[in-house]
Amino acid sequence: MEDEKLEKALSVTNLAIFFGSEVILSNLNFEINQGESLAIIGPNGSGKTILAKALVGTLPYTGEVYWAPGTTIGYVPQKLDIERNIPLSLMDFLRSRNDGFVRADAAKIKECLKLVRLPEELLKKPVGQLSGGQFQRALIAFALIGEPKVFIFDEPTAGIDLPGEEEIYATIHRLQGEKKFTVILISHDLSLVYRYADKVLCLNRESICFGEPEEALSQENLEKLFGSTRQFYRHVHDHGN
Amino acid sequence: MKNYLAQPASSTDTSTIMATDIYYILLALFMAAAAGLVGSFALMRKMTLASDAISHIALPGLGLAILYGINPFLGGATTLLLGVVIIWKVEKLSGINADAVIGVIFAIALAIGSLLTPEEAIVEALFGGMEKLAAQEFIVGFLAATLVIVFIIKMRHSLVLSLVSRDLAKTTGINADRLNFYFLVVFAITIILGLRYLGVLLMGSLIIIPAAAARNLAQNLSTMLVYSSVIACVSISAGLIGVSAALPIGPITIGAAGFFFFLTLFLKKVLPSK
Repeated sequence: MEDEKLEKALSVTNLAIFFGSEVILSNLNFEINQGESLAIIGPNGSGKTILAKALVGTLPYTGEVYWAPGTTIGYVPQKLDIERNIPLSLMDFLRSRNDGFVRADAAKIKECLKLVRLPEELLKKPVGQLSGGQFQRALIAFALIGEPKVFIFDEPTAGIDLPGEEEIYATIHRLQGEKKFTVILISHDLSLVYRYADKVLCLNRESICFGEPEEALSQENLEKLFGSTRQFYRHVHDHGN
Repeated sequence: MKNYLAQPASSTDTSTIMATDIYYILLALFMAAAAGLVGSFALMRKMTLASDAISHIALPGLGLAILYGINPFLGGATTLLLGVVIIWKVEKLSGINADAVIGVIFAIALAIGSLLTPEEAIVEALFGGMEKLAAQEFIVGFLAATLVIVFIIKMRHSLVLSLVSRDLAKTTGINADRLNFYFLVVFAITIILGLRYLGVLLMGSLIIIPAAAARNLAQNLSTMLVYSSVIACVSISAGLIGVSAALPIGPITIGAAGFFFFLTLFLKKVLPSK
């Protein structure tokens, strides 16, 4: 009953996605409340990114995706391939939501840069010359500029080394604490789920499990999801507590 | 140079503007500025070869219009816009690489166009060098060039975002498909504007070469756009100066642009990069 009092951020009913006649995802049902974190996990090719794109509205789907009224989404896509010598500075990228006749809000851009711990000097640097970690942070800063109520991160650390990865997740977690937004995090890393997620959706072309991590991630469900036993994740979890 | 492509009516009209007139030069400069701006984005969107090819689609329209005594630019504009719509649709529906589509359409257009265009007009249609301009053509051209310039300046941020990531663009409310279409239309308008000066074969180069030269030195969007436009304007100025020495405008213009490309390439190597 208590759940009823929390406001829904997102409710998905009977979602299915087709490419031509091929079924990519089917029969998805899940919901999250405002301020919660949902982790979407599954092996490669399980349709996680496709689901993210449907949620942000860049792919057609059948079924219902209900966002709370007034929801603004900050989408942080998987690693983007940026041409190295493209003549665009970080500033050019961060102000690219603007109309060409409106002056960029430099103070806000700098504030968001600070939130993701990127130095201001990088603003002049061409985006193609930022490191993977820096560019990923820039993508988060870009999303922050839009003042989103919901953040969708699609494997935000793909292609980034381990310390960099830890830092990105710590940044996301810290920002969620400060800004109180809803987070949807796509990952194939189970240890993150135990650390950061209130709810988890296991995906392998269809929903294998959904709920709070401790209940949803039963040994049986994990085997169904990844096709093998994953004892060691439990192990990580036990140490975590 | 004899002016084959000018309309019969306008060539006898007293309101005809000649190559040495300020209006002819002014339109050339506006057209070049537009080409530099459009080219910057064409280059970043990896339309380098496509740009050259798209301009050829104007040829059948030019040919037909000359045959039937209509304003050739109206004919060129018609087939070019038709070509752009086809390219946009095919690209959207089939998901084939746009380059392949453009390659096929342009080859067909060039073949049909060279069959249709009267032999005596073909050199001007291909290489430009029309030295007369009717007053109303100047006004229409001037408005069209201004439209292109304003569009690029206003939409430059959205164009940047949609080339960095279409998905990201869509989440900020940009309709990437529509923007892509508008860009192709603006691109086609720029080609039409330049046909008088540079012809079907060379106009694509005025869009791409100054932008490629600018990219050798530019570190951000503003410098890219400014360098590209300035190089395009200086190149066409060289062509215009050539006209007074009875040299063909198209080859001189593109030659100058090519010179700037190699010059900036050299400067890039020499200048310390930050």
